[in-house]
Formats: sequence, C-alpha cells, structure tokens
Amino acid sequence: MFQVSLQHFLVLSAILFSLGIYGIVTRKNAVMVLMGIELILNSANINFVAFAKFGNFGFSGQIIALFVIVLAAAEAAIALAIVLNIYKTFINVNIDEIDNLKE
Amino acid sequence: MNYYEILFYLFAIITLVSAGFVVTTRNVIYSAFFLLFTFFGVAGIYVLLAADFLAVVQIMVYVGGILILLLFGVMLTNKITNVDIRTGTANLLPASIAVGLMMGAMVSAMLFTSWRVQDTQVPDTTIKQLGSLLITDYILIFELLGMLLLIALIGAASIARRDKE
Repeated sequence: MFQVSLQHFLVLSAILFSLGIYGIVTRKNAVMVLMGIELILNSANINFVAFAKFGNFGFSGQIIALFVIVLAAAEAAIALAIVLNIYKTFINVNIDEIDNLKE
Repeated sequence: MNYYEILFYLFAIITLVSAGFVVTTRNVIYSAFFLLFTFFGVAGIYVLLAADFLAVVQIMVYVGGILILLLFGVMLTNKITNVDIRTGTANLLPASIAVGLMMGAMVSAMLFTSWRVQDTQVPDTTIKQLGSLLITDYILIFELLGMLLLIALIGAASIARRDKE
C-alpha cells in the first residue's frame, strides 16, 4: 500500500488533471482558465516522466516532457497577449460575457 | 516507510492541496501564488522520478517564466485600485458532479490496469543522455520548437502592442 509504485504517480496525475478541468469549467476569469491549462499540462508531464522511469523506454519520455514545457511557455505568452487585447476591447476578461468577435 | 515514500507523499500532498486551492479560491492573486507551490511540488515529483534536469527546467521555466507572465496578466487585466481581485464562478454543481465522475473513472482506470513495470537502471545524472538525444534522435523537433518559440514570442509581442488605427 505505502510502497510507491507507478500507480501512485498515475493517480496523482489523474487527480491533478481533474482539478485542472474543474478550474477550466468553473472559473470565469480568463487568466484562471490559463492556470487550469497549466495544471493539465503538468499532470500530463508527470505521466510522461513516470512511464519513462517505470516503462524502460529510455529517456524519450523526459524529452517529450521537456518539449511540453516549451510549448506551455509559448502558449502562455500567446494566450496572455490575446487576453490583454480582450481586456482592451471589453474592459473585463470574464469569458462568459465575451460573445462578440469585434466591438 | 523509508525516505522515498515520505518524500513522495509530502510532495503529492503539497501538489494536490495547492492545486485544489488554485481552482477553488476566489482571489486570483491567491490562485497565482498557490500555483507556485503546485509547480514546486511537481518539480519534487520529477526528482523522485530521477528526472533531475527536468525538475530544474520546471522551476526555471514555470516559476521563473510562466507564473510571472500569469501574474502580469492578472495585474494588467484588473483594476489595481481594489485590493482583492475576485473571479466569478459558473456551473459549480454540474461541473463538480461531472469532474467527480471523470476523476473516479480515471483513477480506477489507473489503479486496475495491470501495468507492465520494468524498472530501469537510473544513472546519476540525466543531462548527458538528454543532451545527446536532443542532438541525435530529436534534432528535428528541437529545431522546430526553437523556431516555434521565436515565432510565438514575436507574435505575442505584436498582438499585445497593436495600437488602434
């Protein structure tokens, strides 16, 4: 039970993934939705690294996790630029009130 | 329980509790700071999984880059004059039920699948192996990601600075 095995890491990442989904669907602020996406990417990364250690796949899992971190950085930069433009246009960033593509 | 188990449960609890606060607290600034603890916990999990370089990258890129970017996003998209920056919530009850069901399904799938575990011999440091993989097997993805990062940053700067004509 207490012996830490592959399943412990997988369950940890499953719970983290669910919390990320919960954050995305319940928060109204667009920046909070981005935080949920970061949680989901982290949980996927835990899975990659766990399988890299326990699955005898060499270091490919860790490389992929590295790529995911790079993609997360690019995604956060682009998404925040878009959020700033939304704020300039609509004065708030509540994603349930933004239903027009232009003013 | 030896040190490995104690450290695993410590980091797992740090990660999950702070992630729970990230998605439930109504103050956006508090969420951003709880996200800091989540990232640190995940970095600790990486260390326990023998991914030392990845743990350092996690702290440098996530805590040093993405979290600062998110904080800038919070600061720039709210009235700074009111101290508590709150976020509204939507669909709390259906979201809780659906996410609970999904979490139960995922956790039971993780628990009851008979994974074929084959423990690998862990070297002292993974930097040498990661570096040689990056310039042999994954060279194309590495170069493409470098270009993608450049394009994304230029695009982000030009989107965010666009003035009204």
